[in-house]
Amino acid sequence: MIRVEGLTKYYHDLCAVDHINFDVQQGEILGLLGPNGAGKTTTLRMLTGFLRPSSGSIHVKDYTIDEHALEIKKLLGYLPESAPLYHEMLVYDYLTYVANIRALGREEQLPRIRHLAGLCGLNEVMHQPIGELSKGFKQRVGLAHAMMNDPEILIMDEPTSGLDPNQIVEIREIIRQIGTKKTVILSTHILSEAEATCDRLVIINQGKIVADGKTQTLKESASGASLVRISLRNATLESVKKELHAIDGVTDIVPASGERRADEDTVNVTVTCQPSVDVREDIYRKIKETDWVLVELHQETQTLEHIFRDLTREN
Amino acid sequence: MRQVIAIFKKEFTAYFVSPIAYIVISIFLLVTGWFFFTTFFLYNQANLRNFFALLPITLSFVVPAVTMRLFAEELNVGSYEILLTMPVTYLDVVLGKFLAAGVFVATMLIPTLSYPITVSFLGQLDWGPIVAGYTGAVLLGAAFSAIGLFASSLTRNQIIAFIIGMAICFSLTLIDKMLFFLPKTLIGFLEYLGADFHFENLSKGVIDSRDILYFLSVSVLGLYGAYLALQEKN
Repeated sequence: MIRVEGLTKYYHDLCAVDHINFDVQQGEILGLLGPNGAGKTTTLRMLTGFLRPSSGSIHVKDYTIDEHALEIKKLLGYLPESAPLYHEMLVYDYLTYVANIRALGREEQLPRIRHLAGLCGLNEVMHQPIGELSKGFKQRVGLAHAMMNDPEILIMDEPTSGLDPNQIVEIREIIRQIGTKKTVILSTHILSEAEATCDRLVIINQGKIVADGKTQTLKESASGASLVRISLRNATLESVKKELHAIDGVTDIVPASGERRADEDTVNVTVTCQPSVDVREDIYRKIKETDWVLVELHQETQTLEHIFRDLTREN
Repeated sequence: MRQVIAIFKKEFTAYFVSPIAYIVISIFLLVTGWFFFTTFFLYNQANLRNFFALLPITLSFVVPAVTMRLFAEELNVGSYEILLTMPVTYLDVVLGKFLAAGVFVATMLIPTLSYPITVSFLGQLDWGPIVAGYTGAVLLGAAFSAIGLFASSLTRNQIIAFIIGMAICFSLTLIDKMLFFLPKTLIGFLEYLGADFHFENLSKGVIDSRDILYFLSVSVLGLYGAYLALQEKN
């Protein structure tokens, strides 16, 4: 559906987006992840035709952005970050205006606006000026705006930023509803959101793609080596190391750093084990043979957060 | 085309939703009305020469006030991004906003029709120069609107947009009055650039294609400038 090749954008000398390549399939919800200033918004702005790429190409269906910007814009719905709308307009007037620009027929307009008002929960604010709405409602007006032409591709820049937890859940619900039929691209720096809503993730850092894959695949690849944290009393570090090393699948044992050091006679260790081997049972049996007191046993699987941090940390 | 009309409608209504329209129209009527009628009875002539003589100066600060928000506000709020990601071309946007400003200036001139009507009761009024004068006023308003639109597309600050617009309009109005210290050979050429010079011809009742062409070309230049300024932003 969308093919992006070698997309690059320079702001004067600053390279905001650096030779990005990715594809988006029809009906996919793609999450663009990255720390602040990674180039997410710039990428989306280029996809929507708002910014001209310094080099590289964007294909949407059979169109390219250089030659058929207008056709592509007709296929797209775009919700910019924090929905910058005309403050003095009434919600209803604004949606009518958008319908007119989108060249909807006169008979189609009213039913379409009604439908969107219902979908985005705007019914009670239709006759209020946009400037007087709360941020959550503004965001919904923006969403209604983006879906006016029943777009095949919906692009959203941080759709849930600045919303309260209830509103976030609502907006996500709407996005997932739309995502069952449409192609959705959204950017975010909230990982749980990306995990919850997106089929596929592209992680960007400093203008470059550092990871690209199905959300599930990325999560699995991240949980390569799992870690087990153990706290023991009545034991010494040496004996713990010796005993636990005998277990199959354990690759490394190190004293846990920091936090829980307060208690002098507690031994805290982090056991690294081979991927896809669960050593917790063996550790428990081993401990049972000794007279150590087990205070804590806890397996940590690496989450998306770890990959994200590993990939995007400043070097 | 539908896009141009949609943008025109939105911008034109926006004037009357906010207090801008009423404030600008009141100030315009006060200034023109005051300066016209304070001297009208001294001259004791049934014509609108004084009204038209002052019009270019008045319009050169009123019109930039009308146009200053057209792009500057959008750029400042960020709604510009929303506008341009809808299926519109730069030309649609520029034309829609220009039409809104132009029609607003024309609307602003409608109440001043009461001046010739009043005068026609007081003496024998020649309607020829009046019709030509109003045609010129609309053309002048259109040209200044295009300049104001260009100024507004340069910045996200409305006050700067206003000052730039006013500076250009004032210079165009006054340029032919500041030529006395220049060599004669240059005067003819520079005089042609003056908005006041061309408007004066029209307000005397002379509809000359050169004057109409002047206002049209200033409008086109202003709009083209705005078009380029917008294109430069991506």
